[in-house]
Amino acid sequence: MRLFKNTNYNFLRWRWHAVALSWVVILAGVVYIATKGLPMGIEFSGGTGVVAQFDREPSVEDVRGALNRHYQFGGQDAIVQSYGEPGSRQVMIRVPQVGAEQGADLAKVSGAIEEALHQEPSLGNATIVGRQIVGPSVGEELTRKGFWAFALSLVFILAYTAFRFQLSFAVGAVVATLHDILVTLAFLAFFQYDMTLNVIAAILTVTGYSTNDTIVIFDRVRENLRSRRRESMNDVINLSINQTLGRTVLTAGATLLTAIALYVFGGEVLRGFSFTMIVGIITGTYSSVFVAAAIVTFWNRAQKRPSAAVTTAPTEASVQKQGRKPRRARAS
Amino acid sequence: MLKNTRWRLVLTLAVVGLSIWAFYPLDKKLNLGLDLKGGVHLVLRVQTDDALRAETETTVERLRDSLTRAGVTFSKLELVDAKSFRIEGVSDDSALRTASAADAESVYDRVSGAGGYTFTMKPNIAVQIGTETVTQALTTIERRVNELGVAEPVIARQGGANLLVELPGVSDVARAKSLISSTAVLQFRLVVDGPFPSQESALEKYNKVLPPDEEVLPGRSEAGGTAGAPTPATGFYVVKKASVVTGNELRSAAQGLDQFNRPAVQFTLKQDAAQRFGTFTSTNIGKPLGIILDKRVMSVATIQDRIVDNGQINGITREEMQNLVITLKSGALPASLTYLEEQTIGPSLGEDSIRSGVTASLVGLGLIVVFMLIYYKLSGVNAIVALVCNLIILLGLMAYVGFTMTLPGIAGFVLTMGIGVDSNVLIFERIKEELDLGRAVRASINAGFSRVFLTLLDTHISALIAAAFLFQFGTGPIRGFALTLTIGLIANLFTSTFVSKTLFELVLGRRQQVAALSI
Repeated sequence: MRLFKNTNYNFLRWRWHAVALSWVVILAGVVYIATKGLPMGIEFSGGTGVVAQFDREPSVEDVRGALNRHYQFGGQDAIVQSYGEPGSRQVMIRVPQVGAEQGADLAKVSGAIEEALHQEPSLGNATIVGRQIVGPSVGEELTRKGFWAFALSLVFILAYTAFRFQLSFAVGAVVATLHDILVTLAFLAFFQYDMTLNVIAAILTVTGYSTNDTIVIFDRVRENLRSRRRESMNDVINLSINQTLGRTVLTAGATLLTAIALYVFGGEVLRGFSFTMIVGIITGTYSSVFVAAAIVTFWNRAQKRPSAAVTTAPTEASVQKQGRKPRRARAS
Repeated sequence: MLKNTRWRLVLTLAVVGLSIWAFYPLDKKLNLGLDLKGGVHLVLRVQTDDALRAETETTVERLRDSLTRAGVTFSKLELVDAKSFRIEGVSDDSALRTASAADAESVYDRVSGAGGYTFTMKPNIAVQIGTETVTQALTTIERRVNELGVAEPVIARQGGANLLVELPGVSDVARAKSLISSTAVLQFRLVVDGPFPSQESALEKYNKVLPPDEEVLPGRSEAGGTAGAPTPATGFYVVKKASVVTGNELRSAAQGLDQFNRPAVQFTLKQDAAQRFGTFTSTNIGKPLGIILDKRVMSVATIQDRIVDNGQINGITREEMQNLVITLKSGALPASLTYLEEQTIGPSLGEDSIRSGVTASLVGLGLIVVFMLIYYKLSGVNAIVALVCNLIILLGLMAYVGFTMTLPGIAGFVLTMGIGVDSNVLIFERIKEELDLGRAVRASINAGFSRVFLTLLDTHISALIAAAFLFQFGTGPIRGFALTLTIGLIANLFTSTFVSKTLFELVLGRRQQVAALSI
């Protein structure tokens, strides 16, 4: 079986469309975040979250009502959603922090929630099976650490690809990765997934994955640049993308399958994580094909310098004048 | 060639065999994280300012003492903040310089200004005291958790003054928290006066100005007590600031009963403290002595006789007694703690997570198997064998390193399958290309593997960079994920290049001429 055998799509011709599409998505994401906000998980917002196990199927509305009536710190800001697999009779309740929430007071709020649930006999018996309480200073620290984790990994990837390839490639890889992060954030906002630690982890994984994809294409570009010195950079890039297209799509497909398995079967805790992975894999593949290479050509043009491959020794290049003919095998 | 293949096969089987040995049986060898096993996760901050303040207070008292003894007067000597203090209106400047050089200037920088001097702690010393405080708090908490009898707890520094405490299988959060965070500073001080119904009434008696060596402390809140027994302290007391002995000088603490059969903590003092205590009690017979815990007067008893090395704290409940013994045995915390984060995972939630994690893994593996078999036919079997080896090595290494499996760790496991076949896809696609160019099967396979190797190295290194920063960023579960990814990537480099190649050679090795490859 063979997908994309000897394809010859002109990917670079579509680069402007791709750039436009990416900007539309990213800007829509920015607008969406600016108006509706990016919901923050409890790790970032601080506050108290509990998972309550009921002995009969609870209705989210009833739980909300019980909190409104009995929760001593005011239940109108509480977020109530059903939790876990259907039929697991669990509800997740999140409330904003009350006061300083430090020291001994930390558990006060979760106690108040439990009490509020117990005061509503129609709900049946409720037990708290999990709870998470996050003080106000934790979020800031996480945001700072998360920012540095992203910034440093991008810098290191830039350095590594610049070292292994050339600067324009490195810029292409990093811009593509940045693009993937922004698009992923936009989709998280569209679907209103909570920003949690797991989601951050998934975005960082996407960072690695996306670079991975880009490097495979760049690697082929580098190889082709050596053997096709007469062809323009654009032609070589197009050819390389086409040659690796089968691999790009197959790998994305395989990884996507596992991410979907996680999304469907991985349970509530991993839902946001696997959603992020799914979006990241798709945009990572798209950006490797349409964004990374395009950036390389933009960059090279902006530098007003023809690519290194074209300028080097014409004597060697004349050997492989025939262009598209199969490359000579090199002993390995 | 054939001999070479045999060695490759032996090495592969050895690595896989060792890995299986390392993780079998899985439920015994692989540690489960808190999110899968259930338990309590706490992040707390050591208030290092407490320790700095204590240091500054001690220095101020020492300086006050020296100056008074030297006959130097001053209008003001007080703390500015935890790290600095100020002295004003000094009568004899050179005497002050001598005293402060002896008492303070090894630790504090002296700056003159506006009718006095400000002393500020040297930054390197402040840092040093801070670090020592955190380390001391860490070891104290460790001892307390061990006394609590928790299996496989995690107590670790988490950047700055934050500590991470994970107690698997613990469900009584409130008790665990109070045990960990009670500072347990035990002191024996003379009681000057009391009890008073309120702090104000205590101060009023002294016209609102206490002598500098006395202070007002609250008693225990609960009332009660039996006549004749040492009174469980209620209300407020005026006590001396100086402590005869402290909790650090205890030799032992044990649960026991007082003469009225109520729970009491029996303790004995270390030798030199006992001597001091003996002298002190014999010279103060008839005066009330307060046992003070964490700045609360626990009980007040009149000194009847010379007490040498033992005593008891009574008027407490049984649970308080049990907790007090644990905290006294483990020693005092050098600074108070505040909780930043608390998470409790019930065992049932953990079980749910394990179930869904295992289901997702199996479904993911199944999908990959079907996908590879359809697309690569028999060569797909090769990729699947390599993938299974990858997963086995991953589990083996994780068990061997003694590393904890978390729910995001399972996600990393599942993703490793997807990312893992990537290497095989890359190699197989290259082999197909080489075949298309009309090369012989064996040459195509060799070319496929060798040409792709550098690409694989590049992709793996870039993924490892991201994983490394992920590890740096995260705690607990996220670290589990980052570690699984990292080990999976390394194992994958081995299986996709070495194992997969060996399998090809094994299948094709015997045949002289290979006409076609099922790929």
